[in-house]
Amino acid sequence: MALVLEQALNGVQLGVMLFLLAAGLTLVFGIMGVINLAHGSLYMVGAYAAAAAAKFTGSFLLAIPAGLAAAALTGMVVEYVVVRKLYARDHLDQVLATFGLILFFNQSIVLLFGRQPMFVQIPPALSGAVNLGLFAYPVYRLCIIVAGLLTAGGLFWLIQRTRLGMLVRAGATHRDVVQALGVDIRMLYTVVFGLGALLAGFAGLMAGPLLSVQVGMGEQILILTFVVVVIGGLGSVAGAFWGALLVGVVDTSLRAFLPQIMRLMMNNSEADALASGVSAMGVYLVMAIVLLVRPKGLFPGHA
Amino acid sequence: MTRFPMMALAAAAFCAPLAGAASVQEPLKIGMITTLSGPGGYLGQDIRDAFNLAIEMQGGKLGGAPVQVVVEDDALKPGQGKQIADKFMKTDKIKLLTGIVFSNVALAVVPDVLEDGGIYVSPNAGPSNLAGKECNANYYVVSWQNDSLHESAGANANNLGYKKAFILAPNYQAGKDALEGFKRTFKGEVIGEVFTRLDQTDFAAEMAQIRNAKPDMVFQFHPGGAGIAFMRQYQQAGLLETVPMVVPSPSMDAVTLKAIGEAAVGVNVSAQWNSDFDNAANKAFVEAWTKKYNRPITYYASQGYDTALAIGAALKQTGGKVDDAKAFRTAMLKADFSATRGNFKFGKNQHPIQDWYSMKVVKGADGAPIIKTMGKISSDTGDFYAKDCKL
Repeated sequence: MALVLEQALNGVQLGVMLFLLAAGLTLVFGIMGVINLAHGSLYMVGAYAAAAAAKFTGSFLLAIPAGLAAAALTGMVVEYVVVRKLYARDHLDQVLATFGLILFFNQSIVLLFGRQPMFVQIPPALSGAVNLGLFAYPVYRLCIIVAGLLTAGGLFWLIQRTRLGMLVRAGATHRDVVQALGVDIRMLYTVVFGLGALLAGFAGLMAGPLLSVQVGMGEQILILTFVVVVIGGLGSVAGAFWGALLVGVVDTSLRAFLPQIMRLMMNNSEADALASGVSAMGVYLVMAIVLLVRPKGLFPGHA
Repeated sequence: MTRFPMMALAAAAFCAPLAGAASVQEPLKIGMITTLSGPGGYLGQDIRDAFNLAIEMQGGKLGGAPVQVVVEDDALKPGQGKQIADKFMKTDKIKLLTGIVFSNVALAVVPDVLEDGGIYVSPNAGPSNLAGKECNANYYVVSWQNDSLHESAGANANNLGYKKAFILAPNYQAGKDALEGFKRTFKGEVIGEVFTRLDQTDFAAEMAQIRNAKPDMVFQFHPGGAGIAFMRQYQQAGLLETVPMVVPSPSMDAVTLKAIGEAAVGVNVSAQWNSDFDNAANKAFVEAWTKKYNRPITYYASQGYDTALAIGAALKQTGGKVDDAKAFRTAMLKADFSATRGNFKFGKNQHPIQDWYSMKVVKGADGAPIIKTMGKISSDTGDFYAKDCKL
């Protein structure tokens, strides 16, 4: 029982990380119609900027604004210089251009930081484990869950309750009307792209102390992020949230429990091999099933 | 109207090296396919830099023959490795190839290279598929056969007296070789066996499984960045204090150690080389490396360096030629060089016969953790698959 709860928490933790990435991806797609393969690079930029700031100042508190600012600024510059030219083009051009950005960012990071992975210490206040009654759970991972959920709440509030959110929603469905009313839609797009980048950077800086900060870290998680966006429904932030939690929990529990279940049915090494194979494709199976039942995802966007 | 002089200039620049080459010996080209980008990037970087260092230390030559190394990045993609090999062999007419870090890339590239009449010398990957029945006269491995890394870890675990092991490795050829190799020599009971994903970086689910299984020890094989993430999450989960870890060298190299820091103290490692080995070849290598690169020195670097020395020793006997693969083979198999790891011979499947050592991460003199050699695990050890090789 304790193990099930612990693995559920692990699943939720993976889920909120995926949500932070997927939210930006889905916003940019829903509102501007751009498929941004370089979203993972913004995650990497956030992680590297935070790691570098933590290394030079020795303070994790300073690393947070550094990571956020670097990712958001990079995002806005990318939008201004590259992505802006792509709105009118078809998806293939967008994929090609943003793929080019991945190569550009990876190589830039190699030039700046080298190929050795960077190391970020967990802040002392957040290291160690906290006793949750049935089991102990790392404080840092718990913080990620809380921070992720708070961010999700904040994002809903921003989109549903504020003027900026209203413009974002209106810009997605009635671009021309919004423009006719005198709103600078280009500025709005830059801001939305920057917001997406900020969320990716936030995920990146939180991942730093858990994973290793290294070149190409964005691509590893990008594929899973796309699965989340597809399951949730392109363009829907609520979909991204539930999709991310679903993917996080399914992926973690398959990895955690499938081997034991399989071991009841066959000999150990066969069970382990088969279980790892099935759990590797588990989230893709979920995606296929979701698409069969609801071809536009769980919460189809309004686009 | 500036185009014509520009073209003339370009043509002149292009011809200049050709004209110069007539007077001196044309350098032998060595094609290096290695992983330079992505999380495994530092592995290939170390192999490349150490290989080049060996050439530099011999004055731009290997075994007296001028050589030129052409390096391309496979990005850990088997398909990309294959394309580079094709280009090297067909367009650039390179016959001697080396450099591959990962077994999945090696398995895609090496058989084709050998079929097309090439020679391949491995500085790292030594997959089981190419060590037994499928062994080849033009395929040499200077590092190790994959399994022997893990067999040495299994023997190390026996020596340390552990009875119940939980073992993990990524789900690809080298990962399967790892778990098989460990189980072959480990005399205790394996109470849990997990295949992780090759691109996995978050191991929270696995940590919970380990804690629940309550093993005496954990054996894990995760090369490169994934290994760092694994070690750190192992520490964060509070397991490092309670469950000791016995690992093969790829899970704990100098770069991994630097990233993990003090948390790694106490981890047991087994390897064929360590930076503290007290032999002349190794001392020269470590000194030159530190002087030139001043960054942590890894097993991969020592293997890249030994590979260059092995090729150099062979070229010395063939007069810098690789056209006659048979003559090159005779020369290569003599292994007439002082390896940084000490004892070194080729077995009958042209994989190494060498000594394995047990090491431990301890606090160094300045407080920073170092990998310290504790003793020998086995001497003149070949590999499990050599008996199936009919060379």
